[in-house]
Formats: sequence, C-alpha cells, structure tokens
Amino acid sequence: MTPDDSARSGALPFTKPSSADTAPEVRVHAARLDWHGVPLFDALDFTMPAGRWTCLLGPSGVGKSTLLRLIAGLAPPHADSRVTCGTGQSLEGRVAYMAQTDLLLPWATVLENVMLGARLRGEKPDTRRARDLLQAVGLHEAADKRPAELSGGMRQRAALARTLMEDRPVILMDEPFSALDAVSRLRLQDLAARALEGRTVLLVTHDPLEALRLGHRVHVLSGRPARLDAPLTPEGPPPRKATDPALLALHADLLARLEAADAEVPS
Amino acid sequence: MSRDGLQRLGRTVVTVAVLLGLWQIAFHLTGERRFLLPSPAQTLEVLVERHVQILEHAGVTFAEILLGLGLGCVLGVGTALLLASFRPVRRWLMPVLVVSQAIPVFAIAPLLVLWLGYGLGSKVAMATLIIYFPVTAAFFDGLRRTDPGWMDLARVMGGGRFATLRHIRLPAALPAFASGLRVATAVAPIGAVVGEWVGSSAGLGYLMLQANARMQVPMMFAALFVLAVFAVALYTAVDVLLRRALPWVPDDGRTS
Repeated sequence: MTPDDSARSGALPFTKPSSADTAPEVRVHAARLDWHGVPLFDALDFTMPAGRWTCLLGPSGVGKSTLLRLIAGLAPPHADSRVTCGTGQSLEGRVAYMAQTDLLLPWATVLENVMLGARLRGEKPDTRRARDLLQAVGLHEAADKRPAELSGGMRQRAALARTLMEDRPVILMDEPFSALDAVSRLRLQDLAARALEGRTVLLVTHDPLEALRLGHRVHVLSGRPARLDAPLTPEGPPPRKATDPALLALHADLLARLEAADAEVPS
Repeated sequence: MSRDGLQRLGRTVVTVAVLLGLWQIAFHLTGERRFLLPSPAQTLEVLVERHVQILEHAGVTFAEILLGLGLGCVLGVGTALLLASFRPVRRWLMPVLVVSQAIPVFAIAPLLVLWLGYGLGSKVAMATLIIYFPVTAAFFDGLRRTDPGWMDLARVMGGGRFATLRHIRLPAALPAFASGLRVATAVAPIGAVVGEWVGSSAGLGYLMLQANARMQVPMMFAALFVLAVFAVALYTAVDVLLRRALPWVPDDGRTS
C-alpha cells in the first residue's frame, strides 16, 4: 500500500473545530487595495458563510491572491477596509494559511514542520496530536523524514497536516493543489474536503472543476477595480464527483464566465 | 573505498605528480642560477632535517589562523544578527562596514603591529579582520533573503520577530553562512602570514623572511609547502564539517 492509498482508506480522526470557537462567518467590508497607484479593488464587499467553502476564481492578476492576503492580514488594507468575523471581532489569531508551495522548512523533519506554529508562538508542541494528524493524512511513516525525501503530493499533505495542527476556524488557501498531477490533486481535494469540514474556508484557485467539487459558493472575480459576480452554488456536499453531469453543466457555465472575465482584464 | 573515491585519489596523485615534474623541469631550466629555485629533493631534505624548527613556527601560524577564524566567525555572526534584527543598527553600521572593507588590510598591518606588538595579538587581529567581512556579508545576505512565503506563514501563525528569526530566518541563512565561512577559511592564512611579514618573532612568515635574508631558498620553499598543506587541509576539514552539519542543502557537486 502506497502512502497515497492509505490517505484514502477508512474514516479519518479529523477533529471539528473546537466548540469554544465555532467557525465564524467572515466579512470583508469596503475592501480597497492599490497596486502601483491603480486600485485592484475598491469598495469590494465579500462574505464567506460560516463553516462553508467559498471558492474564488478569476483571471491572473485580477487580485484573488491579494484579497486572500488582505483577509489573512498579510497585505496592508486601506483605512476604510475592514475584515471581521460575523460577530464583528477581528480575525487575528483565528486563521490558518496554506499557500501554492508547501512552505515546508527543508532542514526540519515532517513532524517538526507540522508543529512549527507552536514553536513560533513559544508553546509546548503537542507531539501526539501532530503524529495523529500525520497518520490521518497518510504520512505516519514519513514523520521523521525531511521534506526533500517526499513526493509533491506527500509534501502538500504535510502542509495540510500543518494547517490542521493550527486548529483555526478559518482556513485560507491560495491554489494549494495547483502544482500537483491530476490524480494527486483529486485525492488531496477529497482529503481536504473531509479534513476541513465545518470550518470557514476560502480557496483561491485557477481550476474551475476544483472549485465546483469543493465550493459551497463559487465566485468569479473580474475587472479593474475588481467586482464579484453572483455566486454559483453547486448542490450536494463536497467533495463532489468530478463526473457528475450536473457538475459538468455548471463547469461549462463557469468556463464561459471565466472567458468573459478574462476579456475585461486590461493588459 | 568506493569507485568514486578511488578515482578522486587517482586524480590527486596525478595532479601532484605533474606539479612535482614541472617543478623539477623548472629547476633544470634555471641552469647556472641554482639559488633561484631549489629542487623538490632539496626542499624535502630541509623539511626532514629541520622539521623541529619548522613545526615550531608552523604551530604559531596555525594558532593565529585558527584563533582568527574563530574570532572572525563569532564577530561576523554577531554583526549579521544585529544588522538583520535592528533597522537603525543597519542604517548606521552598514556604511562603516563597507568603508572598513575599502581600506586594504595590508595597509593597516604596520599599525596593528605597532598597537598590538610583535606577538600573537597583531596576527590574530589581521586574520580576524580578513575573515570578518566575508562571514558578516554572507550571513547577513542569507538572513535578508528569507523566502517571503515562510515569513507570511510565520506571521499568520502568530510568530514573534525573534521566534521567527530563530526558527526560520537563521536556519534558512545557514547555507549562505557556510559559503562565507568557506571563503573566509581560504583567505585566513593570508592575514596571518602578512602579519608575520610586517613584524614578528615567530611563525612560518617569519621563518620565510629570515631564510630569504640568508638566501636559504630551500627553507623558504619548505615553509611555503607546510603552509600550503595546512591551508588545504583546513579548507577540506571545514568543507566536510559544513556538509555534515547542513545535510539538507542540495549538493552542487563535490569541491574537494
């Protein structure tokens, strides 16, 4: 049995976000961000429903990643912009982030990488929980290896385990599966959908099928300054089957929207 | 021994043999003016006959080099950490560092001897000065070029400045530090020997000057040979240690 197989089999002991901190709705009010003096978006309002996956598609350079970074607190927002939970609190300390590259530290073992957050905050890392999570993503045997010894799919699963280890109610993901081959990508989508169930997730992606498999809401961001269209809401619980006819019909619709959006982007 | 190892050994033997052959040919070409260049055999004779004296002086030079290397590294690492941690320090210290490098160490060697005397101190200071800059520059550069993705991750995870420095920026800068240390190891003997030439009472540089004054050219070559062997051995040792200590750094082909 390869590690990829073990990730698929059986029910996995993923914990829901702890009850004290149930996944909140996330609201972005009047987001504005300038890039070299040109507003990427202006007065943009955006809501991520609580405990649901929101997917964001759009042409390259439209500002998807920038919007995600703004929510993560990584991009300096304009004075008028506000990012809050549904209850009005700040999002600080309630977010976990997963990027396009795995961002694993090459000198540390997989296990140490999973526990990085605790180390950085000066907390005592929970080794047992980290091992359990590695088991859950099918990487138990790789716990003491260095990232360089892992395949691309395994590395991204290690990054997923690190994200889960943070146990935050809001998860922001910036094209986390885009560098993987087709089969690994499908498996990781399934794994992520189960592992992150019940959390408020934002997934920025270039892959319309990925968005339709995973998203409760699928938005297309287009134009400059960028606007959001009315979301698509695919039916059924994620991860949806890629071969579902209803999904494929939506796929055609979404591709048409993306083509239209691409035509508006000033070069 | 592996096949690779055997091949490497073979290459080394051939290189040394060719160099010795060229030396021997050059010796014959000098003809009447034999005093210009001793033969390999004459040099070996001096090495064997006067090994006690040579080793005594070699010990002094090696001590200077090793102390300079240690001191230069500690100061360089400290400076780089200061520069990377505090922006005001960077603004004030960086220009001073650059200016200090514009002054050739050789030009201040007489001053160092004047201030620190003929003993070990002035030579260690010379070696330290010459090692300090490559180590500082390389390590600081490494600390500055942390993958921005890692910095984003650390920020979202709530890592403080110093925790991020310790757990991410510092280990990430170690390969750059290793390159700086390799350069420093290669230039360290220069500092010690120049210091000895300017003014000293012991060391291989002193031995060469004395031999030069008395036209004992084989002795000069013997001292030079010992210095070269030590320099190569030191570089190789540092290189091997760094490879062992940083196993995750991709190996870009063997240099030793």
